[in-house]
Amino acid sequence: MAVVFVRPKLPKLARDPWAIQFDSDGHLKHLLTIEGLGAEWVTRILDTAESFLSVTGRDVKKVPLLRGRTVVNLFFESSTRTRTTFELAAKRLSADVLNLNISTSAATKGESLLDTMRNIQAMQADMFVIRHEQSGAAHFLARHVEQHVSVLNAGDGWHAHPTQALLDVFTIRKMKGEFAPLRVAIVGDILHSRVARSQIHALNTLSTGEVRVIAPRTLLPAQVEKLGVRVFHDMREGLKDVDVIIMLRLQRERMEGALLPTEDEFFRLYGLTPEKLAWAKPDAIVMHPGPANRGVEIDSEVADGPQSVILQQVSNGIAVRMAVMSLCMGGREE
Amino acid sequence: MSNTPYFAQGIDIDHLKPPEGCRPGIDCQRWVIRGARVLDPASQLDAVTDVFIDKAGIVAVGEAPSDFACDNIMDARGLWLIPGLIDSWARLREPGQEHKATIASEARAATAAGITSVCIPPDTDPVIDTPAVVRLIKRRAQLAGGARILSIGALTQDLDGKRLAEMADLQEAGCVAVSNILKPMANLAVMRRAMEYANTFDILVIVQPQDRALAHGGCAHEGAVASRLGLPGIPVAAETAAMAQILALVEETGARVHFANLSTARAAQMLEHARFAGLPVSGGVSAHQLFLSEMDTDAFDANCHVIPPLRSLRDRDALLDAVARGVIEVIHSDHQPHEGDAKAAPFPDAAPGISALETLLPLTLRLVENGTLNLQHALHRVTSGPAQLLRLKAGGVAPGLRADLCLYDPQAAWTLDEQQMLSRGKNTPFAGWDFSGKITHTWVAGRLVYGQNIEPK
Repeated sequence: MAVVFVRPKLPKLARDPWAIQFDSDGHLKHLLTIEGLGAEWVTRILDTAESFLSVTGRDVKKVPLLRGRTVVNLFFESSTRTRTTFELAAKRLSADVLNLNISTSAATKGESLLDTMRNIQAMQADMFVIRHEQSGAAHFLARHVEQHVSVLNAGDGWHAHPTQALLDVFTIRKMKGEFAPLRVAIVGDILHSRVARSQIHALNTLSTGEVRVIAPRTLLPAQVEKLGVRVFHDMREGLKDVDVIIMLRLQRERMEGALLPTEDEFFRLYGLTPEKLAWAKPDAIVMHPGPANRGVEIDSEVADGPQSVILQQVSNGIAVRMAVMSLCMGGREE
Repeated sequence: MSNTPYFAQGIDIDHLKPPEGCRPGIDCQRWVIRGARVLDPASQLDAVTDVFIDKAGIVAVGEAPSDFACDNIMDARGLWLIPGLIDSWARLREPGQEHKATIASEARAATAAGITSVCIPPDTDPVIDTPAVVRLIKRRAQLAGGARILSIGALTQDLDGKRLAEMADLQEAGCVAVSNILKPMANLAVMRRAMEYANTFDILVIVQPQDRALAHGGCAHEGAVASRLGLPGIPVAAETAAMAQILALVEETGARVHFANLSTARAAQMLEHARFAGLPVSGGVSAHQLFLSEMDTDAFDANCHVIPPLRSLRDRDALLDAVARGVIEVIHSDHQPHEGDAKAAPFPDAAPGISALETLLPLTLRLVENGTLNLQHALHRVTSGPAQLLRLKAGGVAPGLRADLCLYDPQAAWTLDEQQMLSRGKNTPFAGWDFSGKITHTWVAGRLVYGQNIEPK
């Protein structure tokens, strides 16, 4: 197995608000958002993940890269998939893992995010994996941790979920190869989706031919086209000639905020059924960050069908998270 | 000479009005301020001359009155003498949130920033909805001995939006206006009655236009930056829809309304149309809205979390234009000091607001440097503009006005270091900004309340 830790030296822009992700030598230290990484770093993460895929296929699934390190999963929002894959990734790198489900502990006792973080940091944590309901929480933590600590964003509010986006582009790369000729459509609740934002940045960073969003206006953020996407409101138009379809989860609460009339109408207009899937290219792949609402945004026949790569996404998630963890921790003094 | 600036201690007289029968040289001192460049935006006076102060008021500009005997001479050559600033919208946090700031701490910071009158919105705890609270605030201000603190009364009792507050009593107790701040009115009928009632007594109603439902949950301007950062947005319509409703009621009632804290281009345009149509309305903008935009919220800088939010560059430019053309006649600080913990949270969770007293004059004068306004017009927005709005006998350098005055050294360049701020709140997005001049002395009602040692000229 060859895991090569040669990090490219990237020029750091002083006024770049995402510069906080790099240390003074230009090494990746925190992963907070895809923005500011550039194609070079995204590709490096994907290549590293590729090398870890072989580890996950072996009988003994461990490498000693993070031996003696402590990774703390700081989850302020419930999560099954993301937390367990981060945990597995850390364990396969031989790190010690601590899982904290904060919604049931300190936060309910009134402890601030900063205090929680400092207390755990005092227990010699080396890396925080944070999920929080507020946009900017991971940046906030990265700004306040000690020099040697890394912060990985496992989802902050509506802002970013970079490792999900990385595993998505990793999956696309494995299935489709080059990004330049691809048309990718992201369908559903873009407004509230950190996954969609990170996917859009990741796809554009890799110079994807065209990134589309398909949704009713109530589920699109203001001036969404400035994120670098083409906007569609109609599935037939939006799916035409598309190579990759990414379906987003629709939270049931959206019906209450007067954003949608009913689930039925949403499914009729935007739910991915075999009929709508036929409007895309015949070899189009279907993705979903999970957990899927079958019958709301995606039909079971499609989710379990031959074009679906939903389960590949999950297993790729471990390798991608191993890559991010090892790259962020690799730049440290031993 | 010591480098420690002088601050007056509290005084136990009502310095809102010149005391009757005050003993010259004892209760109130007579001053001659000599040789300053005197700037009075109301009369457009701009001349090197002398100003004479007696009985808490300005008695003469130029020649001394025949019977004038002075107690103090201030050699102010090389300095500017300007009216003390009137900040029409600033929270001091007392009573109710003394862990953030106190009247004493903020009144002191105000004098060192050249602000001699500060108007505080009624969302204190208790709410300023009875004369007793107005008197409490006045007494605390007198004990503090710094800037004059003026109360803005509540429009409805406990700001509940349902029951009218005793506006006439509040006016008598010294409130300069009434407002329901951002608290919603139960319905437009209550708002209409409140405006009618205020109009009966010619009381100014200050409205901070923001529709609660449209703004609900938002913490940033609904636009490209918030969309990228995944921050819940506050649409422009939150401001304009609320403003349109109030303008309709102004047409109906004829009440005098001042819109504070405007943030959008469209609102500035609506204000201009309403004024052109002859409605008794005016507008105010906080200084930071003229310099910052949504771009500054990039990277989740919690010090840029304000309500109304920092909007687009187009909005900012339209506000600058409205200020330049006199559509907006008042610049206020929207001072909101916070303790460090209140800002130490992810952007949406951080308490909104900027500690802004100490940047009100520097930013306003920057509008002169960047060519938006001439010097007199810029000073008008923070002195005679708010004085006319609130009908205060201050805000100018002319005989008969209260001696609320400042000396400004236009050569004293400085860099804002938030740790050096006198306000208890250090939450400013302007740390590191360079400014060209500084206040050196401040008088409130003829009393020197702040003084810096200056080099002899």
